[in-house]
Amino acid sequence: MIEEIARTEQGDMVINLGPQHPATHGVLHLVITLNGETIKKVEPHLGYIHRSIEKMCECLSYRQFIYVTSRMDYLSSHINNHGSALCVEKGMQIEVPSRAKVIRVIMDELTRIASHELWWGAMAMDTGAFTPFFYAFRERETITDIMEETCGARLTMNYIVPGGVMADLHPDFQKKVKEFIKLFRAKTDEYNELVTGNVIFQNRMKGVGVLSKEDAISYGCTGPSARGSGVSCDIRKLYPYEVYDQVKFEEVIENGCDSFARYLVRIREMYQSIGIIEQLIDNIPEGDFQAKTKAVLKLPKGEFYSRVETARGELGVYIVSEGATTPYRIKFRSPGFSNLSALDHMARGSKIGDLVAMMGTLDLVIPDIDR
Amino acid sequence: MTPGEYIKNIVNGVKSLLTGMKLTGYYFMHPKEIITEQYPETRPVLSERFRGEVVMSHDEKNEHRCTGCTACELACPNGTIKIITKFETSPEGKKKKALDTFIYHLELCTMCNLCIVACPTDAIKMAQNFEHSVYDRNQLTKVLNKPGSKLMEGVE
Repeated sequence: MIEEIARTEQGDMVINLGPQHPATHGVLHLVITLNGETIKKVEPHLGYIHRSIEKMCECLSYRQFIYVTSRMDYLSSHINNHGSALCVEKGMQIEVPSRAKVIRVIMDELTRIASHELWWGAMAMDTGAFTPFFYAFRERETITDIMEETCGARLTMNYIVPGGVMADLHPDFQKKVKEFIKLFRAKTDEYNELVTGNVIFQNRMKGVGVLSKEDAISYGCTGPSARGSGVSCDIRKLYPYEVYDQVKFEEVIENGCDSFARYLVRIREMYQSIGIIEQLIDNIPEGDFQAKTKAVLKLPKGEFYSRVETARGELGVYIVSEGATTPYRIKFRSPGFSNLSALDHMARGSKIGDLVAMMGTLDLVIPDIDR
Repeated sequence: MTPGEYIKNIVNGVKSLLTGMKLTGYYFMHPKEIITEQYPETRPVLSERFRGEVVMSHDEKNEHRCTGCTACELACPNGTIKIITKFETSPEGKKKKALDTFIYHLELCTMCNLCIVACPTDAIKMAQNFEHSVYDRNQLTKVLNKPGSKLMEGVE
């Protein structure tokens, strides 16, 4: 049927979604070719929020450039900082103290939960339910409060420095996190009650936006978007960094390949993150929170690559160094860009009304795609 | 679809809707569990690490701890800080570098905390003030050392 539609030229209509459209969660511009209500082609146009972050990073020193990476994927800013710091540490061969490693992982998982909470609220809003957004933000607020207390900022934390973390944990940190875990366990059941089990929601998600396992791999999808198609791609499991090889958690994989599978992956991932935090929160080792580093960092000549699992997928940081105080070239492999490329394939042949829901399940953050 | 399935679908749909509405009804009947902050009236409680803006701490004798070493200026990624130094002559006749003006561009600052970490004498710190809106952009460029202030005794 798709081929048949692709052949018809008469009666095609081209509409623009965005760049200023609330459903695109940013300044994404989609040029959609329609035949009636059926989507023939979706063409994303990028560049509306390009800030040349890679070039900016090349002008800054290895300590300074880390804060810029918070501005790429602002919902998992802490994980972005983590990936960049890991790459610098790899080049400088800095041994991070075990306390800093555990703190970083706990913060990573809190960020992941906060990101998925926001996604859940926005996802429900994309499908027409408004109230879940407020429920999601209620729990997310607790995390941002914890972040604010220890890191000093709520969204763009810049808590990680090469060699450890910027400051020690706040004395109340463990108590607050335990309170949050208790609250989260009680409240997430409300999510399932309110949205997951809803028949209207399920009808709009099941069988919509199908992305097969082969396609997910060939489009380079990572993160929950690929794991909903049955691809095992969790960097935390496959290439463990920090203390991920010492904690027990399950790589969440759903084989549904549709929007609902991707939705379930994220919901189940939140529980896994809570499990990781529960294992680590009482076992934060004593000691330094920061390794002693030189005042001016100079990476040796060569190429360095590190990868982390952000809330959206794999973030790769690639640094080419010429031995100077600033990187010669820096490249970020952002998860959102590859995930967006699969949208055209997913949307072809489906109805226009499902497009926004499909975009929602990809969890797009536009500054991450454009950089 | 048989008529039986059709009715079953409707019953299931109504059931799932009611499950959701039960939660909405619960919060409707329990207004105390709603946590809305009436912002301008109730002031938010901010932790002491919250990064609002860079300030320079002065003691009651109008003395600060800044030696004008420009470590913060070098650490800043955005060129937010500009330090102008002068030469002061001590009573023994020695010439010494001292701080003249500490210019802070709040409009360029991203609150990354790198200047605070870099400062060797703890002269600057982050304040918890977060309401920065002004009518003129020039008002965002601030001089942090107070007029007539000088370096604290014993700070090198």
